[in-house]
Amino acid sequence: MTSASDAPEPGFRLSQLIYDTRYRSLTIQVVTFILVMAGVAWLIDNTVQNLNQLGKDFNFSFLTNRAGYDIGQQLIPYTNDNTHARAMLVGLLNTLWVSVLGCATATVIGVVVGVLRLSNNWLVSRLMTVYVETFRNIPVLLWILVSLALLTELTPAPNAYKINPATGEAAASMWLFDSIAPTNRYTAVPSIEFTHGLGAIDTPFAPISLNFLLIAAVLIGSVWLNRRVRHHAHQVQDATGVRPTTWWKSLLILVGPVVVVALALGFRLNEPELKGFNFVGGLNVSNAFVALWLGLSIYTGAFIAEIVRAGILAVSKGQTEAAFALGLRPNRTMSLVILPQALRVIVPPLISQFLNLTKNSSLAIAVGYMDLRGTLGGITLNQTGRELEAILLMMLIYLLISLTISGLMNIYNNTVKLKER
Amino acid sequence: MKKSVFLGTLAVAGLSAGIAAASTLDEVKARGELNCGVNTGLVGFAAPDANGNWSGFDVAICKAVAAAVLGDASKVKYVPTTGQTRFTALASGEIDMLSRNSTWTFSRDTDLKLDFVGVNYYDGQGFMVRKDLGVTSAKELDGASVCIQTGTTTELNLADFFKANNMSYQPITIDSNAEGEQQYLAGACDAYTTDASGLAATRAAFADPENHIILPEIISKEPLGPAVRHGDNQWGDIVRWTLNALIAAEEYGVTSANVDELAKGTENPEINRLLGVEGDLGAMTGLDKDWALRAIKAGGNYGEIFAATIGESTPIGLARGLNAQWTQGGLLYTPPFR
Ligand SMILES: N[C@@H](CCC(=O)N[C@@H](CS)C(=O)NCC(=O)O)C(=O)O
Repeated sequence: MTSASDAPEPGFRLSQLIYDTRYRSLTIQVVTFILVMAGVAWLIDNTVQNLNQLGKDFNFSFLTNRAGYDIGQQLIPYTNDNTHARAMLVGLLNTLWVSVLGCATATVIGVVVGVLRLSNNWLVSRLMTVYVETFRNIPVLLWILVSLALLTELTPAPNAYKINPATGEAAASMWLFDSIAPTNRYTAVPSIEFTHGLGAIDTPFAPISLNFLLIAAVLIGSVWLNRRVRHHAHQVQDATGVRPTTWWKSLLILVGPVVVVALALGFRLNEPELKGFNFVGGLNVSNAFVALWLGLSIYTGAFIAEIVRAGILAVSKGQTEAAFALGLRPNRTMSLVILPQALRVIVPPLISQFLNLTKNSSLAIAVGYMDLRGTLGGITLNQTGRELEAILLMMLIYLLISLTISGLMNIYNNTVKLKER
Repeated sequence: MKKSVFLGTLAVAGLSAGIAAASTLDEVKARGELNCGVNTGLVGFAAPDANGNWSGFDVAICKAVAAAVLGDASKVKYVPTTGQTRFTALASGEIDMLSRNSTWTFSRDTDLKLDFVGVNYYDGQGFMVRKDLGVTSAKELDGASVCIQTGTTTELNLADFFKANNMSYQPITIDSNAEGEQQYLAGACDAYTTDASGLAATRAAFADPENHIILPEIISKEPLGPAVRHGDNQWGDIVRWTLNALIAAEEYGVTSANVDELAKGTENPEINRLLGVEGDLGAMTGLDKDWALRAIKAGGNYGEIFAATIGESTPIGLARGLNAQWTQGGLLYTPPFR
């Protein structure tokens, strides 16, 4: 009896799609796919219908219209006669600028704190624990706002630097030989000027200063030369066991040429000077920018510190002991043995911290720093009423930035990860 | 299978779109409450008191419409909107009408698919500075830091004004009037710019209003008025004529005090039509006979509302100026009720 019912059935029944393990997973995938597609279709259809109902169309031509508004912080030339696309670009560059600086600072903070948290010094390691726990457990927006509040509350207004004709003195005085003036709006710092500079190449994107190009080229050359010198020193050390002193050569190579070129170009610092309402002449680094940068860096730095600590702890104790046995001092053990191995563990989670920082930079709006969200997703969106287009474009751009960062970091990860041969 | 799922979802989407297309009047009546978009808080125009009761010049319009449509001026849900969120809130249906010192402009009326139903305050953009700055004219603001609310017309006028006068400035972008006030008082900007009425209202809320002056230059035209979504003309008519009823009531001397008396019938046929004694104007917009009567009783006629919220006897102290009746040399002129 039983053997008869166990005999394989020749035909294919529909119920096999669910009960037969050979087909089940395929069925589930097909059904899920259809549901997802239907969901997407519904969303698109709904959007199109609603737009139609409001009588709105979907197009991006607004990007070529005159923007008409001014932007407080700009890295490339921009006036209100430029297009919305240009305004978007200004915002995008502001986003990238604060993100790059933020990532760099957060990494430095993170590495230092992460290493110090493992220090044998009780006080230092406890202090670092307190830092990590306070900063990563309070929302980053609050840190940004706190930074701004501190910057504005602790500094005088620009007109406090004005000399009172009655007393001949000002209420506040500038720092560092009268070259830096912190105010409740910005910090005025000297800007760099070249009296007989080479000018700039005008590209539609931004003018490229030939002076800086030249200096960059010289610097790259110096670094390359310095590497040769050190390489040579290594060779001598390998051959004879004695390392020739290189520090003065390095110093000369790295500093000399740049100084000569800068002097030849007529390098000079343009000191800020109070004229009318504000400082002019120098560079005004806005408090909004500094607050955002600081807030993002200290917050993300706390996370990175934990990642670094975890990475270091992941390297087995035997490595340290082996290094000590070879006579390496603790500092060199850390930098030559532990950290290079820890990097393998550190880099992947570090990528997501960089991504977080970049995305968190869109909180700029809270302090009035004009990033991509402030220009394209703020004023442009509002003045043109193109919500859908602006938001989609903004999402696309953030997506591209994030993919680029993780792409670059993956390349870096490949260079530090364990090479399996 | 795929196709049928697709068709099914299409049908559902179509259905929901159909529901959304119901008229605003029916929706408001069914809900029993008017969703009215207002300021986040600008004393005199729209601000909640300690108990959460909203009052002000713009709020009065919401109340009048609620009274006309629902028969109860208190059946309003006030939705605070910023310069950035107001039009989206209206377009998405979150609010039924917007009464938030919003300037009637061409592109807002057309491209943004709004309909401005009229003007309840003729305004212009001005600048406010601290007195001790020693500035007496906006033309002396070269190089100044200026606080400016984002998403407003004033943001664009500011750029135009400085460009036209060959001056430079540093824009400090803020998101709401409260933030602007705080930044300005903290000295983050030398000047605060917005509609002159908004400046007066902002200054009135300061601890030391006497230390701040509003500069004489008015750099733009800002006709402020209530707006509705484009496309629902019946609802647009209701809001438009409720506003007109308040203005007409002032012109004909109908006040909250005498409106009940006048509603028994007068010699003036225009008043009779307005108050539903004669003719049937209410039915023409889908309301009843007494709609205007209730709207006027809610907070008084235009003049009464003005005097009570922003007029010269209030701390804000605005003169009628352009906002006087046409018979008094102002611009208020409502089409006839006929
Ligand atoms: N009329 C201008 C500006 C209106 C505006 O936003 N005014 C500000 C400054 S008085 C305001 O009412 N703010 C109140 C708030 O932020 O809620 C416009 O429609 O764009």
